[in-house]
Amino acid sequence: MDMASRIPFDEMQPQDDEVREIYRVYAAWLKSFPLQQLERKRQEAEVLFRRVGITFNVYGETSGNERLIPFDVIPRLLGSAEWQMLSNGAIQRVKALNMFLDDIYHKQEIIKAGIVPASILANAQYRPEMYGVDVPGGVYAHIAGVDLVRTGESQFYVLEDNLRTPSGVSYMLENRKMMMRLFPELFRRYSVAPMEHYPQVLMNNLRAVAPHGVQDPVVVLLTPGAYNSAYFEHAFLAQQMGVELVEGQDLFVRNNAVYMRTTEGPKRVDVIYRRLDDDYLDPLVFKPDSMLGVPGLLSVYRNGGVTLANAVGTGVADDKATYIHVPDMIRFYLGEEPILSNVPTYELSKPDDLKYVLEHLPELVVKEVQGSGGYGMLVGPAATKKEIEEFRLRILSAPDNYIAQPTLALSTCPTLVEQGIAPRHVDLRPFVLSGKTVTLVPGALCRVALKEGSLVVNSSQGGGTKDTWVLENA
Amino acid sequence: MLSRTADHLYWMARYIERAENMARVLDVTYNMSLVPNAAESEAALWEPALQIAGNVDDFEASHDEYTAANVIHYLAMDQNNPSSIFSALRSARENARAVRVALSAETWENINTLWLEFGQFQAADITESGLSEFCDWVKSRSHLFRGVSFGTMLRDDAFRFVRLGTFIERADNTARLLDVKYHLLLPGEEEIGGAVDYYEWSAVLRSVSAFQAYQKIFSDTIEPWRVAELLVLRDDMPRSLHACFDEITPILEQLSGRRSSESRRIAGEMHARLHFGRMDEIFQDGLHEFLEDFVTSNNNLGMEIQRSFLNAPVI
Repeated sequence: MDMASRIPFDEMQPQDDEVREIYRVYAAWLKSFPLQQLERKRQEAEVLFRRVGITFNVYGETSGNERLIPFDVIPRLLGSAEWQMLSNGAIQRVKALNMFLDDIYHKQEIIKAGIVPASILANAQYRPEMYGVDVPGGVYAHIAGVDLVRTGESQFYVLEDNLRTPSGVSYMLENRKMMMRLFPELFRRYSVAPMEHYPQVLMNNLRAVAPHGVQDPVVVLLTPGAYNSAYFEHAFLAQQMGVELVEGQDLFVRNNAVYMRTTEGPKRVDVIYRRLDDDYLDPLVFKPDSMLGVPGLLSVYRNGGVTLANAVGTGVADDKATYIHVPDMIRFYLGEEPILSNVPTYELSKPDDLKYVLEHLPELVVKEVQGSGGYGMLVGPAATKKEIEEFRLRILSAPDNYIAQPTLALSTCPTLVEQGIAPRHVDLRPFVLSGKTVTLVPGALCRVALKEGSLVVNSSQGGGTKDTWVLENA
Repeated sequence: MLSRTADHLYWMARYIERAENMARVLDVTYNMSLVPNAAESEAALWEPALQIAGNVDDFEASHDEYTAANVIHYLAMDQNNPSSIFSALRSARENARAVRVALSAETWENINTLWLEFGQFQAADITESGLSEFCDWVKSRSHLFRGVSFGTMLRDDAFRFVRLGTFIERADNTARLLDVKYHLLLPGEEEIGGAVDYYEWSAVLRSVSAFQAYQKIFSDTIEPWRVAELLVLRDDMPRSLHACFDEITPILEQLSGRRSSESRRIAGEMHARLHFGRMDEIFQDGLHEFLEDFVTSNNNLGMEIQRSFLNAPVI
């Protein structure tokens, strides 16, 4: 299998004597641009990001806990043809996932057809409260982040789908703004597809999914508050869309409707773009000790008095146990062949897979089924013997909680690091927006693992970000 | 707008104003301490500064003696002192961060930069020789905040709550400053007009940027009752009580719309007293009583604003 090969594909220069066509202009520019000056640009970006307060909070760290996500001044380039393929693939995938969610909370035909096992209904992310509830337009995941990795010229894989409250889009937008400020001359040389209209597309979609009969819907963005790790993004999007940024305490429920407390009295709310997990939304239904939610919200939601984006219960579709079925979902609901492939996945609930995985731990990536943020995972090739043995015990105590995948040789992009410009592994998260139509803007969050050889790109684990350029004429 | 947003905006502005006033008091008190024989003791010199902030007891509980270094650290940098400049600026920034959406980008960046710069002063701590520079920095940052918000924010309710916070806090601070100083500087029936008095009163004026204004208006020796008149009744003196209420009253009218509100009534009444009041009558009844009463009414007004706009009840 080519993806097991240990030499990663470099997106600028796959061979010493070969620069890929789309990188030709940039590579020449980069060669002529003094390294020192590039480093100065990086510092300038850091000062600006800090002044604007584009920071994130790290859980479990006390005071002074606002950190910058390292920003790399070298962009990642994608040609328009490869982007078109990725874009079509991501749209196809999200369409199928939304149909799956609608199905699983209504007729459950995919289970009857024997494509997805009935055990999915016992998944902790399946919300029985949503059974039989109709959501406007049948849209569950209004905002979806599809994490993609690349292993070769035309080999892309979907690593995972993020259908709950995917974050990172503010970095996609702010990185572009920063690049245009730092390197205006490059934008003149290259025709980079614009994607700054993302908030407008999102806003139109949110208005389009308002409860039936609402003419001029009031949209709000619900945040857990200023101490949440993604607070900057919440504030940023609310500002870009011109909607109120509310916390749970600002909302209340009366007569089957949701209101916000304003200086002029209560005001009705129709659509809530919530950046709060299901568990915290309504203390009357989910976690009773949640101070972040709105008591009674779910009852209004189930009765159609308010729209939540994303819908409650989308977690069942981006669970790693469901992931393996997505290609079949695409065939089942759309009658199409999947454009984007899954990474081959071992299910540790199956005895054969478990046996294989335990024998090959040093080669594999093992992930917790319900984990996120890179915390509950083992990257075999990068782990010590001790870490592997510890993880083996964790797996054995609850094999159902894990899946395993071969370690992919993720592609690399040139990145400015302390030693100069060096290849670093990257991934890509485009954001798919679903409303009346399913679209995405030509851009994505590109995360980069700054440590040499590291495959973990999560910002909580020291990853950075890059601007992604979709080149219109390449 | 959201009540919580209004609350954060209002308090953000109050805290910045509070930091500025603390810096003003600290600066002039320190300058006074350089005048020979300005006070009988270090304690007599520094206590008023603590009185204005209302935390003499807290200071004495945590410090053995009044020294310039002790008081400066306590009022400027002490993280445990809720009215230190550190605490005020931190609260201002936290309030701003909670509602950065409601602020113009420039206003938010200004406050965020303020906090980042403050870190540099904090790291070095404040020495006596660096105090003036620090106080000037606080003042100019506060001026910048008002200028940026005035110059860039939409004239909507968000802007009004910011302005409201500024002037409610400023009125409180001016009244307290005058009360404490007047009390201290007029011991009994004694004749006034000595050199120290001159420095003391000019220091009071300087602390509210009114020294030049005094000279321009009265071009005469500094008399306590004229200082009082300037800081209470003159509407053209930007930090006077009257000037503050010239700002507060119309803002409350705009915020209330057609609704009658208790806060509007209290403000109107206070404004009328300042607008139609006469200094000789105020002195007859006692300036201290007047100021004490003013601070209480201003507090009540603050609570009423809190009740009717900021902690909006459920339907």
